[in-house]
Amino acid sequence: MAIEVRNVSKHFGDFVALDDVCIRVNDGALTALLGPSGSGKSTLLRIIAGLETPDAGEVEIGDEIVTDTPARTRDVGFVFQHYAPFKHMTVHDNVAFGLTVRKRPKAEIRERVSELLGLVRLEGLAERYPSQLSGGQLQRMALARALAVQPRVLLLDEPFGALDAQVRAELREWLRRLHEEIHVTTIFVTHDQEEAMEVAEQIVVMNRGTIEQAGSPRELYESPRNEFVMSFIGPVNHLGEATFLRPHDIQILPSSAGEGTEALIERVVHLGFEVRVELKLGDGRDIWAQVTRESAQELELQEGQILAVRLPEPRVFAA
Amino acid sequence: MSFSKHGLRTLALGYLALLLVAPVAMIFYRTFEHGIAPVWDAVTAPNAVHAFWLSIEIVAIAVPLNTAFGVGMALLLERGSFRGKALLSTLVDLPFAISPVVVGLALVLVYGKTGWFGDWLIGHGIQVIFSVPGMVLATAVVSLPFVVRETAPVLRELGTDAEQAAATLGAGAWLTFRRITLPAIRWGVVYGVVLTTARALGEFGAVSVVSGRIEGQTQTLPLYVQGQFENFNITGAYASAVVLALLALATLVAMNLLTRRTRKREAI
Repeated sequence: MAIEVRNVSKHFGDFVALDDVCIRVNDGALTALLGPSGSGKSTLLRIIAGLETPDAGEVEIGDEIVTDTPARTRDVGFVFQHYAPFKHMTVHDNVAFGLTVRKRPKAEIRERVSELLGLVRLEGLAERYPSQLSGGQLQRMALARALAVQPRVLLLDEPFGALDAQVRAELREWLRRLHEEIHVTTIFVTHDQEEAMEVAEQIVVMNRGTIEQAGSPRELYESPRNEFVMSFIGPVNHLGEATFLRPHDIQILPSSAGEGTEALIERVVHLGFEVRVELKLGDGRDIWAQVTRESAQELELQEGQILAVRLPEPRVFAA
Repeated sequence: MSFSKHGLRTLALGYLALLLVAPVAMIFYRTFEHGIAPVWDAVTAPNAVHAFWLSIEIVAIAVPLNTAFGVGMALLLERGSFRGKALLSTLVDLPFAISPVVVGLALVLVYGKTGWFGDWLIGHGIQVIFSVPGMVLATAVVSLPFVVRETAPVLRELGTDAEQAAATLGAGAWLTFRRITLPAIRWGVVYGVVLTTARALGEFGAVSVVSGRIEGQTQTLPLYVQGQFENFNITGAYASAVVLALLALATLVAMNLLTRRTRKREAI
């Protein structure tokens, strides 16, 4: 189901968490709310779920205005940042909870739960307690629990935030594939731009309670609307006063070329395929360039070396 | 380091021994000094038996009352947001601060013959003071804070995530409380109930004032112990004191067993 948020504002005391926010999420889309902490992204998600009440504005799910519908009857699947497991219940009973509340027949519940545990790859752990699961397993249990009642939309608050790097990468990939399989409209909150770029079809960039820009990952990367989006999505060199350069746009020239700007290599950092070259320009400004391993080898880059670089036209935003 | 740890342990154990273990052990010793027969006679005396059952009756009413009230109040204090919450929280602790004798006197002032509700109550044939209802009231007041104080911190630590998760899954307030909140806080509640029971069993001051201490009628076990002692019936006093101590001990052991059995599995 499509989700539409219209002119929503929310205050906590003097703090403005959301200021006249509008977003639209298409039916079946996988959307990321991306922003630094305190940008209002979690508050927006909780308002869509009905866990917070907006001071002003409307929330629409499908064709129904749900602003005054309590969370209980809003038919929304919500996965909490710390998974909110029911610790005194087994994995099976956790996943079955929503169905038990709806008083479905026992046989149906058993069948549906085992189907879901298969979907999230927790077969065989049905009789475990949450305290016996790893972070990644808890995460998947929470997801199965939310999906059990076939919600109209699925909302995830920092779904990968509390996991270690390897599990996180695995789960991202898996969430993407899961979404392709079940196609429920999904919004997840994250502060990690890489995660948003990798998983989401659409990204909504938030900052200080407002929407900075919404669009596909590629759109945001290639044509950021402002300084904030530019520096939040993808790596940047800040050349003073609203002027930015992407590090991979900087070209390091072979010493024989005899053109470009002079620069001193201060440091070469090998990050696998990518090599990060920290440079000091002739006018004293520090920038860094991103090159491939091959070109770094070809150019025989070394610390202390002086060479020439070609800088592209920087992107300048109106202040 | 090990010396100071050792010293601290000795100090703590010595303190306990002097204040608690020695006097209680002494009571047991003096009770059975002349064998079991006089003790049996003393505890099966009609007034002693009556006092025993009266104590049980009062505990059986006051403890469930305070459990329900305590859990409700803890929920209100931890989950509610309203003006005057801090004041209410302080009010709950008042029975700890006021002397039980004062509590008893206050109850007499309100429910006694010349008290605010005295005329109305007596007009409707209800006698509160010098009777069981008053003693239940007095017991309930002095043991009021335990369940609240044991439950509230557990509720706070639990947080609201699981409750909100239950809400998004379609559970209403009562169902969420019964299936999610209560199981998560039950050990706090159980501990509060144990303390309430122990306190209610042992209450002397407030009950003494409101009961009138009528032998065979409004004498609870602690009052009976005191009465026997005053009448120089030392064996009767000691024997009943032992019964009282065993009751309290039984409560602690029962709860301990109950807790251990289910707690291990969940490893919260």
